[in-house]
Amino acid sequence: MATKAAGRPNQLFRNLNAKIASIPMIFTALVVFVGGTTWTIVYSFTNSKLLPRLRFVGLDQYERLWSTPKWLVSIENLLIYGILSLVFSVIIGFILAALLDQKIRFENTFRTIILYPFALSFIVTGLVWQWMLNPDFGVQQVVRNLGWESFTFNPLYDQRIVIYGILIAGLWQGTGLVMCLMLAGLRGIDEDIWKAARIDGIPMWKTYLFIVIPMMRPVFITTLVIIASGIVRLYDLVVAQTSGGPGIASEVPAKYVYDSMFLAQNLGQGFAASTMMLLTVAIVVVPWAYLEFGGRAKRG
Amino acid sequence: MAEAVLARQPKAGSRAEARGARPRPMLSRRNIVVYGTLFVVSVYYLLPLYVMVVTSLKGMPEIRMGNVFSPPLEITFEPWVKAWATACTGLNCDGLSRGFWNSVRITVPSVIISIAIASVNGYALANWRFKGANIFFTILIVGAFIPYQVMIYPIVIILREMGVYGTLTGLVIVHSIFGMPILTLLFRNYFASVPEELFKAARVDGAGFWAIYFKIMMPMSLPIFVVAIILQVTGIWNDFLFGVVYTKPDTYPMTVQLNNIVNSVQGVKEYNVNMAATILTGLVPLVVYFVSGKLFVRGIAAGAVKG
Amino acid sequence: MKSLKAFLACGTLLAFANVAQAAQCEVTHWWTSGGEAAAVAEFAKAFESKTNHKWLDGAIAGGGGTARPVFISRITGGDPMCATQFNHGRQAEELVEAGLMRDFTELAAKENWAEIVRPRSLLDGCTVDGKVYCVPINIHSWQWLWLSHKAFEDAGVPVPKTWDEFVAAAPALEKAGKIPLAMGGQPWQTSGAFNVLIPAIAGKDIYLKVYQDKDAEVAAGPEMAKVFQAADAARKMAAKSNVQDWNQATNLVITGQAGGQIMGDWAQGEFQVAGQVAGKDYSCLPGLGVNELISVGGDAFYFPVSKDPEVTAAQDALASVMLAPDTQVNFNLKKGSVPVRGDVDLNAANDCMKKGLEILAKGNTVPDPPRLNTEDTNTQLNDLFVEFFKTPSMTPEEAQKRYAEIIASAD
Repeated sequence: MATKAAGRPNQLFRNLNAKIASIPMIFTALVVFVGGTTWTIVYSFTNSKLLPRLRFVGLDQYERLWSTPKWLVSIENLLIYGILSLVFSVIIGFILAALLDQKIRFENTFRTIILYPFALSFIVTGLVWQWMLNPDFGVQQVVRNLGWESFTFNPLYDQRIVIYGILIAGLWQGTGLVMCLMLAGLRGIDEDIWKAARIDGIPMWKTYLFIVIPMMRPVFITTLVIIASGIVRLYDLVVAQTSGGPGIASEVPAKYVYDSMFLAQNLGQGFAASTMMLLTVAIVVVPWAYLEFGGRAKRG
Repeated sequence: MAEAVLARQPKAGSRAEARGARPRPMLSRRNIVVYGTLFVVSVYYLLPLYVMVVTSLKGMPEIRMGNVFSPPLEITFEPWVKAWATACTGLNCDGLSRGFWNSVRITVPSVIISIAIASVNGYALANWRFKGANIFFTILIVGAFIPYQVMIYPIVIILREMGVYGTLTGLVIVHSIFGMPILTLLFRNYFASVPEELFKAARVDGAGFWAIYFKIMMPMSLPIFVVAIILQVTGIWNDFLFGVVYTKPDTYPMTVQLNNIVNSVQGVKEYNVNMAATILTGLVPLVVYFVSGKLFVRGIAAGAVKG
Repeated sequence: MKSLKAFLACGTLLAFANVAQAAQCEVTHWWTSGGEAAAVAEFAKAFESKTNHKWLDGAIAGGGGTARPVFISRITGGDPMCATQFNHGRQAEELVEAGLMRDFTELAAKENWAEIVRPRSLLDGCTVDGKVYCVPINIHSWQWLWLSHKAFEDAGVPVPKTWDEFVAAAPALEKAGKIPLAMGGQPWQTSGAFNVLIPAIAGKDIYLKVYQDKDAEVAAGPEMAKVFQAADAARKMAAKSNVQDWNQATNLVITGQAGGQIMGDWAQGEFQVAGQVAGKDYSCLPGLGVNELISVGGDAFYFPVSKDPEVTAAQDALASVMLAPDTQVNFNLKKGSVPVRGDVDLNAANDCMKKGLEILAKGNTVPDPPRLNTEDTNTQLNDLFVEFFKTPSMTPEEAQKRYAEIIASAD
């Protein structure tokens, strides 16, 4: 990135037009993002119910949060879903990208097929998979009809595995994106490196594992950040697919926040939960953002 | 990265093609593994679409007897008609049609405004950097990852103070705000890849901020605008949370209407109507996706991969 | 591009059209099942025929849990509707305190609501500091067990008369491939069923001690332990019930796939839409046939403060129409609930509704949990019971312990 305007001394009216043009951005950054989050954090220390009120109660909301089974289940689900979807979507996405990068025929067709779910909303995804996994008509019944009578695969009504039912749908929707990013990364690698590896007689899998993947580090980091932030937001999919059920087995933090704020009319509790979510995001994203965008841009 | 992707792909000559070994005879073991895997994967990705279509074409009795994968014995388009025109939520029995037009009415201005703002932002960040600009930009990027739930209530208050809560304007503002981080990043990276000489020459000729933007940068950036449009159209069309919180039944977008129809069970669940409604809702982004093809891929790659 | 312009022009025209007819009254509610939609249509019909205002329907599907957040954010966001449904009591408490709801004291005095609304406690639920803020429109009670005659016939056992007989008949039902107890997966349904079990098993006093006095010791005591044992039996009977919405569960009873369902009297509307006859196709047992007692709750309409005088006029008109005798009868017959006026003719009422009216006349009533608990407490209870019903490994003792904690922390 060039440092065009950077070197020279800055005065207030220099670049005035640029400053005026940036007003929406500055407004969004300061008022909405900084202001909004601060507001939420401040009110998480109050006992606001239906309407926000500044009656401070210290850490009460947080104490209650961490002693509520539903929140603990939400966190546990998020961990399971998060780790598995991170691992699987990166592995599957990379393998698919590598396969597509083999000078194959019909590359466009395959890519189109793998990526199209990404164009669909989570609501649509959730509804389709709810139907696919319906115990009376879906996968389970089909396998039983094939003769395997005792086959049981009923994730949406089984507490122990319901989160995997959601994972299946989430991966279906999201791996295409990862594949796409990985493919872009693979295409960014210099052909000469492959030539050199081939001349040295290094097997292909080794080239991928020890040469290509380390070179794609930035792509991996970006992908991880994008997936991670998507995971924390997981909401629509759960609402459409299971509504958090059976019981509270598929609750997630984003839903806990929404439910406490609007359903239970307990804003303070919802704000406390969203502050915890914010903290998680901050741990993941802030170091990354600082490195990438923090100071003046260092690399091109 | 994005620059690499974006700068390279227009001149598709050099290495837009796949790499790896040279083509081999079709039936080599490697090919069987590669195509076999891709075929199986494709089946997994296509099955839900197939199931949606098949289910939407069956009558309810047939659904109750069969399984989700069996093709329809008797094709009926009634579920489609019902989903589009007559499915009820409460007293409103006009199906998804109302939601469709609302979605159009929400998406068109949101896309235009968010892109206009973000492109100027990106341009200012790339070419007219002023002190502190990077701080705001970093906040913006971090903001892109804030869970929406954290922001719901503050935005209710901001919109109320602006007097636009529940109006189309309000929702357009919300979409512009939340589209800003990714789009700004996209434009900043693109404009930064424009050769510096062009910009300098224009400065020497005495062109100012807006003149350079409109006369030089914008005409050069058609591809990135297309990419941004694709990103925004699909993103805004698919939005559910903002639609449900910041609009009213009159102006509900299609996704909210879909959720309403699917959850308004009158008697038994009509899976065929639900699936037809689901397809109808997904149709616009799917069409955008299929029509734009490679541009879509570039769009998401560029939107996601940072510079 | 041309068509786009034409389209945008259309949009503007529409917007103007809306301004021109300011007497449109947007009414938001969560009545989307067959019976409910039929009932609300009666309101719309009466409103439009008796006044020159227009009813703009704002139904939100997915039950009160989905709809209330939308109502509240719209009211607090400064974009109020003309009228909105809530259950009476504490759901809208803070909105009233914040001055966001219209005061109807004058109209109430003019039309003498204090005399015509019965039981009086219903109007009390609408009253804050002596002022009336809502219009109660019906009386709903939760304490009903709906039984499918077909299911019991198929299983070869007589239709039960009490909860205990019903529990005893469960094995026979299961043998015949039926689900003994239909229960939707939404949280409010499970806690609702539990709240029905309390007065039926432990009696009215215990119910009031727990919910009205918030007595945590009673909640942890032996009487309530019995209720938890009954709930344990209920969840075993409902284990195979794989539906979400309450009316899908009701549908299982209507079609004879399930033996029975614990659900409020609104379920009646579904039986009616399906063309079933009380006493012939289905039975209803108030108070689960054990303790004939009903809780008095119901729906009420609130009217947010509006600056537009035409909307205010429409609100006044709508409030009167909702309480008018003929509207009350037509609406409640479709909804399966009981009118709030004692002075209307209910000959058209069916068996079940008549049973309800009798109990009401005897005064065997308790207030509904939404009127006693905050939504915060109700949500905690919902979460607890939906977990209990869907987690076989959770013991009744464990559930009772957590239940007592919730009651102890409730305000």
